Amino acid sequence: MKTDIILCGVGGQGILSIATVIGEAAMNENLYIKQAEVHGMSQRGGDVQSNLRISSSPIHSDLIARGSADVIISMEPMEALRYLPYLRKEGWIITSSVPFVNIPNYPDMEVVRRDLSGLPNVISLDIEALARDGGVPRSANIILLGAAQKALGIEYSKLEDAVRRIFARKGEAVVEANIKALAIGKEAQR
Amino acid sequence: MSKNRLLLGDEAIALGAVHSGLSGVYAYPGTPSTEITEFIQNDPLARERGIHCRWSTNEKTAMEAALGMSFMGKRALVCMKHVGMNVCADPFVNSAMTGVNGGVVVLAADDPSMHSSQDEQDSRFYGKFAMVPTFEPASQQEAYDMMSAAFDYSEQQQLPVLMRVTTRMAHSRAVVRIADEARAENALNYDAEASHWVLLPANARRRNIAVTAQQAQLEEDAAHSPYNKYVEGADKSMGIIASGIAVNYVNECFPNGSPFPILKISQYPLPKSLVRRLCEECASVLVVEEGQPFIEDMLRGVMPGNTQVLGRLTGELPRTGELNPDIVREALGLPANECFAPCEDVVPRPPALCQGCGHRDVYTALNEVLRGYENPRVFGDIGCYTLGFLPPYKAIHSCVDMGASITMAKGAADAGQWPAVAVIGDSTFTHSGMTGLLDAINENSNITVIISDNLTTAMTGGQDSAGTSKFEAICRGLGLSEEHLHVVVPLAKNMPEITRIIKEEIDYPGTSVIIPRRECIQTLQRHLKQKRAKEEKQ
Repeated sequence: MKTDIILCGVGGQGILSIATVIGEAAMNENLYIKQAEVHGMSQRGGDVQSNLRISSSPIHSDLIARGSADVIISMEPMEALRYLPYLRKEGWIITSSVPFVNIPNYPDMEVVRRDLSGLPNVISLDIEALARDGGVPRSANIILLGAAQKALGIEYSKLEDAVRRIFARKGEAVVEANIKALAIGKEAQR
Repeated sequence: MSKNRLLLGDEAIALGAVHSGLSGVYAYPGTPSTEITEFIQNDPLARERGIHCRWSTNEKTAMEAALGMSFMGKRALVCMKHVGMNVCADPFVNSAMTGVNGGVVVLAADDPSMHSSQDEQDSRFYGKFAMVPTFEPASQQEAYDMMSAAFDYSEQQQLPVLMRVTTRMAHSRAVVRIADEARAENALNYDAEASHWVLLPANARRRNIAVTAQQAQLEEDAAHSPYNKYVEGADKSMGIIASGIAVNYVNECFPNGSPFPILKISQYPLPKSLVRRLCEECASVLVVEEGQPFIEDMLRGVMPGNTQVLGRLTGELPRTGELNPDIVREALGLPANECFAPCEDVVPRPPALCQGCGHRDVYTALNEVLRGYENPRVFGDIGCYTLGFLPPYKAIHSCVDMGASITMAKGAADAGQWPAVAVIGDSTFTHSGMTGLLDAINENSNITVIISDNLTTAMTGGQDSAGTSKFEAICRGLGLSEEHLHVVVPLAKNMPEITRIIKEEIDYPGTSVIIPRRECIQTLQRHLKQKRAKEEKQ
């Protein structure tokens, strides 16, 4: 088993929380993990990404080679496209459909939608509306994770367990909200 | 409790140090090294043992404090980003002359490709320059294991050990197997000999001869180090020397094992015997190293040899920038992976000052005032506010190193420039700005210094700032006159007052300091969140 994942978005959108849950689930399965993160200046409202690799055999490189990512999980639609050269031809993109516009020259949303729909395997979800409607406004990122579960090749119950362990220290209400968010994402992906 | 932990490279280093009987970590925050000290600050065992872990004012004070701890026989760790090595170069280089009593490990986190830095310098040169053994772990596990080996080696050789890591190891997580038990701390002792530690020329000359003579032993040790490995390969048309994490990229390209012999280097001085063996066996040698062509340059020397040396200097690998699997693949002569073309509709998204950040109000005010002058020059510094260079502010004209805003403004004023304005953050000011301000005040230089105080070291994630609540006192203590010291609150509603003060102080022909003070929006949100969580629990 080997899954190479690129997590991306804009600084502050919570991609590292997604990575933490996947990492926890993988660690509990005794898988090898490498997770390269971005810290420092680039976090301030700029594009951010994390290379997350999980495998049943040892992993060498912390970085993913071009054309070899199995999944891109993106909190922002244009950011999903930024890492396209890293995606395997049959790889999946699971992205939020909600643009984060903090630059003056953000492309026309129609163009971004067209670029995404031209790719073979894309799941694009309005995770913010789903989070609002589902009563879990702070867990949009976990909805995205739920939608990515199949593509990740990690059993749903293992992700659930990981969510429970990761959010435990924040109290039962937060745990339940995120379990619900995970389910919303799984359902939406169908 | 599980003995496996998912750790950042930085965290593996930190835990490795705590488990090696560390008594103190001394550091100034800097990407990608910050998380080492933060981890120790939160580690239960470190707390229980009372290991020193408060942030230092700068890397020089950190290095010197670590030497003091070593002098008394205990183990100390100094952490910094690569450019911090420049700040502590004086005590670092001289620490080879004094030698150590308790073990000292100096951790330099290099940032090839400059993700968060102003240059790409390779700290291994400092190790060679100072004649200090240098370790370069290839993985998070090795980083953890090496820390205890480095402390032992430091005490065995009575020299500090430089440990060099790069961004991709520091900021990447992996599962690390940790030791069952932590070594005890060293006891205080009085073994440090003054004849080593008083670097009068007569003493230092003796030490210089001794340390120089010691180099052969260090190289011999490196040749037999478990961290330097010679891996056989059947195809001798090429041999590969790969140092630190670069070896991972090579292995990534050969999922079924490399056909070429590989010499992995993780401990220096460079073991010449192993290099010679590889060169004798192979027609050519590809040198794959993260950072500058440190090993490659040594191999190449000045005389032509029989072995063809390939690497960054011959174009097989890019001359600058960090490595990745794709770059190494090409250098190994393997076909590029098939992949999607880049999407042309994607536009850059540069980092920006946060909405609601006080630095924004400072630049808005400064730009408004400076529009009234013919050729104003603003000397910036290192921190979030360096982003003031970018649109919409385009407010600064320089940013060189920690503290250079004030001293460069002074030099410009000495040259006849007016207005000369320095913009510096609170933490950068105490790191390296205070001495420059003293120079300016002593000559009453015609500069206006803005200390944009957000009560934290924001850029690196909100660490404590050494001078918080002391800035007025520091400026007064340096001799600044009361009427040219101002504190303002950078908010839109205060704009008339702020612009009036900036203009008055620019027009005053002497040194003045304006301190706009408002908490960093990131730490403010964090503090509010913590407060909310506390209230909810009650």
